[in-house]
Amino acid sequence: MAEKEFDILIIGGGVIGTAIARNLAKLNLKTALIEKEAELAFGTTKANSGIVHAGFHSEPGSLKATLCVKGCNMFPGVCEELDVPFKENGILMVATSKEELPALQGFYEKGLLNGVRDLMLLNRSQILEMEPNLSEKVIAGLFAPHGGIVSPFELAIYQGNNAEQNGVQIFLESPVDNVVNHRDYLEVFTSKDTFKAKLVINCAGLFADDVARFVGDKSFDIKPRKGEEYLLDKRVGNLVTSTIFPLPSKNSKGILVIPTAHGNLMLGPTALEMEEREDFTTTQKGLDVIYNSTETLVNGFSKRDIIASFAGVRAASDRGDFVIEFSKFAPRMLHVAGIESPGLTASPAIGEMVLEMVKGWYKENNIKIEANPNFNPRLPKRIRLHDITDKRLEEAIKKDKRYAHVICRCELVSEAEIIEAIKNGARTLDGIKLRTRAGMGRCQGGFCTPKILQIMSRELNIPVSKITKRGGNSVLVPYKSKELI
Amino acid sequence: MLKWQKDLVIIGGGPAGLAAACAAKDSGVCDLVVLERHSELGGILNQCIHNGFGLHYFKEELTGPEYAERFIDEVREKEIPYLTDCMVISLSNDKKITIASQEHGLVEIEAKAVILAMGCRERTRAAITIPGTRPSGVYSAGTVQSMINIEGLMPGKKVVIVGSGDIGLIMARRLTLEGAKVLAVVEIMDYPGGLNRNIAQCLEDFDIPLYLSHTVADIQGKDRVESVLVAPVDEKRQPVLDKAFTLECDTLILSVGLIPENELSTEAGVEIDPVTSGPIVTESLETTVPGIFACGNVLQVHDLVDNVTNESLRAGKMAANYIKNGCLKPCDIKTKADLNVRYVVPQRISQEEDVEFFLRASRPLDRVTLVVGDDLYTKRMRDAKPGEMISVKIPKEKLQNLVDKELTFSIREGK
Repeated sequence: MAEKEFDILIIGGGVIGTAIARNLAKLNLKTALIEKEAELAFGTTKANSGIVHAGFHSEPGSLKATLCVKGCNMFPGVCEELDVPFKENGILMVATSKEELPALQGFYEKGLLNGVRDLMLLNRSQILEMEPNLSEKVIAGLFAPHGGIVSPFELAIYQGNNAEQNGVQIFLESPVDNVVNHRDYLEVFTSKDTFKAKLVINCAGLFADDVARFVGDKSFDIKPRKGEEYLLDKRVGNLVTSTIFPLPSKNSKGILVIPTAHGNLMLGPTALEMEEREDFTTTQKGLDVIYNSTETLVNGFSKRDIIASFAGVRAASDRGDFVIEFSKFAPRMLHVAGIESPGLTASPAIGEMVLEMVKGWYKENNIKIEANPNFNPRLPKRIRLHDITDKRLEEAIKKDKRYAHVICRCELVSEAEIIEAIKNGARTLDGIKLRTRAGMGRCQGGFCTPKILQIMSRELNIPVSKITKRGGNSVLVPYKSKELI
Repeated sequence: MLKWQKDLVIIGGGPAGLAAACAAKDSGVCDLVVLERHSELGGILNQCIHNGFGLHYFKEELTGPEYAERFIDEVREKEIPYLTDCMVISLSNDKKITIASQEHGLVEIEAKAVILAMGCRERTRAAITIPGTRPSGVYSAGTVQSMINIEGLMPGKKVVIVGSGDIGLIMARRLTLEGAKVLAVVEIMDYPGGLNRNIAQCLEDFDIPLYLSHTVADIQGKDRVESVLVAPVDEKRQPVLDKAFTLECDTLILSVGLIPENELSTEAGVEIDPVTSGPIVTESLETTVPGIFACGNVLQVHDLVDNVTNESLRAGKMAANYIKNGCLKPCDIKTKADLNVRYVVPQRISQEEDVEFFLRASRPLDRVTLVVGDDLYTKRMRDAKPGEMISVKIPKEKLQNLVDKELTFSIREGK
């Protein structure tokens, strides 16, 4: 097996790895990204709440605070370039008792110190004007109008697509088995290939400390923290406009009511520290905790509105802040680890920061690098049947009738969009779902799954029995009828 | 965007839509169209290849596709226009319908009357919030039915089914005939959800165990389902975990109820009954938006397609009357589900027509009397089961005896 040689190798295809890949594509270097799962965004990113935080939660002076505020300001631009669903819906932290008022004031002051724009304190009547469905218990609030919501997995996927379009090579299903530190390069062994790279960027999320350990670096530990979330029907998607936060608890920002970028309402997340890094189970207890705490914030939804539940694991570190630094044990390894909340918000700023650190590294090592003259930050705007008001839609249907052929009826996804998703790299049912929303609606794929399997089989030229939900052994329909008789 | 005008648009080309179209045409509506989202007419009947359809309406036993075919043939004979691969994207209060059709692209249709016949969808895992992992191999019963009967695929070898609704029972038999092992059907209530005949013919005949008052309390497996935890439930229907047992399986099938698909109806401002999840309708099957009618499973989830047909024939006829006269009789009397009754359809009547009412018991009862109004009408019944819809036809002469503005329906135990 030949070794693959790159200038820079990024480990991890979540929202951080892909943000870095997209930024490094601006340089005329040979860059690759490796991901252990079957597709980009299949790790922690997939279960992210999608909140673009304003930045009043983090301690002034921390990397979290600085990169969050900077990232928040960059979000509208990045999402416009990549055509990723984003709404600047605002963040509203609410107090439900007098005891909470000093803390609310504290976050206001912290926000000012962090440079959060247009932050304001509101009384109950001002809040009700904005959010008439908040509960009777809400007495005051802190509003950050520039906070937002984004589709986190689409952001990661399209950052990856954009990086690829600008020359970055992506290798999937490539978990790292070992990293060996050499004087002039690092050698990264995966289950498939071996890579040699001048610089390795460790954004391995939940496994970032394992990657560091390979080169003898024990400077941080990943402390996995699970969060459960419940997605509600679009019927109740308009109960609130802004994302509603309670006052935070010790280890999380609390359980929120989130209007998603696609028009659903989402409740969560819980925060449970644990040993297991890939425990994605939901629990009755989690549901009860979420339901009981959000019920006191917003009126008008019930458990009957739940259409999906899931869990994600935050890749928090023992440092409390983001770890963005060169390893002291292997100077060619740059850690970008412990990226917990507000990591998604910070991601565009982290991408830029890492680009500058890489440029600095090359300068220190007296290696001249040039800009990529062909770098294009934009992806073509996608056509979605869902956007019925889009003037290009009729034109598109004229050219390709499959834009008018609805496959997912709950989310109105056409056959052409599914084919487009496959062209853009979807190889699994979840990959189609994350890109197009097919199967993400109220029937949860009940009607469209068989149809999508047939389209995937046809377009990818593989039998249906080989198609997986999300790679590995997650085959969906392993047999044919009459085969088992 | 293309713009069309039609007297009558029927949304859905399943048994409800087809029967409604035939009746409307028979009543003189010629400018009509049936809109079907699938590539074939017939709706969900196409995947119901088992028999037992038509015993009441045709007085013979047919399979689902055979039953559908009778109406598809009739629609063709009557030259009723229809579009397939055509999805209704929106429906407005003033009966403007936007469709996406492979054949015509985007079209806005302005209709004088609309019949909602979109059917229903299955409740999902989330609706009953089963904890655990999220592996592949968890499907709703109807999805599996479509996979096996339409696509020729088999989702797994060792199967557990949650819920004893009719589709789940029928799929237990189907999967067994296809060579899979159905380990258990698990039902949270202390009585089965499906028809008695299906319990006998689909479970008992194949020695498939039915666990009443049990639930699946956990799903295990990383990539694919590996096992489920089955637990008995207490009086509050909460799992008793220390009495739970594990069943190793690769597939979990959910048959946990159906929900009428009323997203379009809601968009048009049609008022929904919170119990049936279908529109509130008059004796003419007109919704709260004048000129919009509803029939079949979008109105109330039926046990028998024969009842869907009868209901839909009436909707077609009434829509034709509406188109002819511009309005229908005002219906000011409300029906009310009282003691042991979960719901009654229709919810509004005029007292000037004979009305067939459909209702469901809220719990299983033996030897009961159905009482309508204050002894306006009574009917003794051997039993009442939530899984079996009760129908009762009351002539207008009796309805006219009602003095209240409300007609109550109750099921009393004993005589």
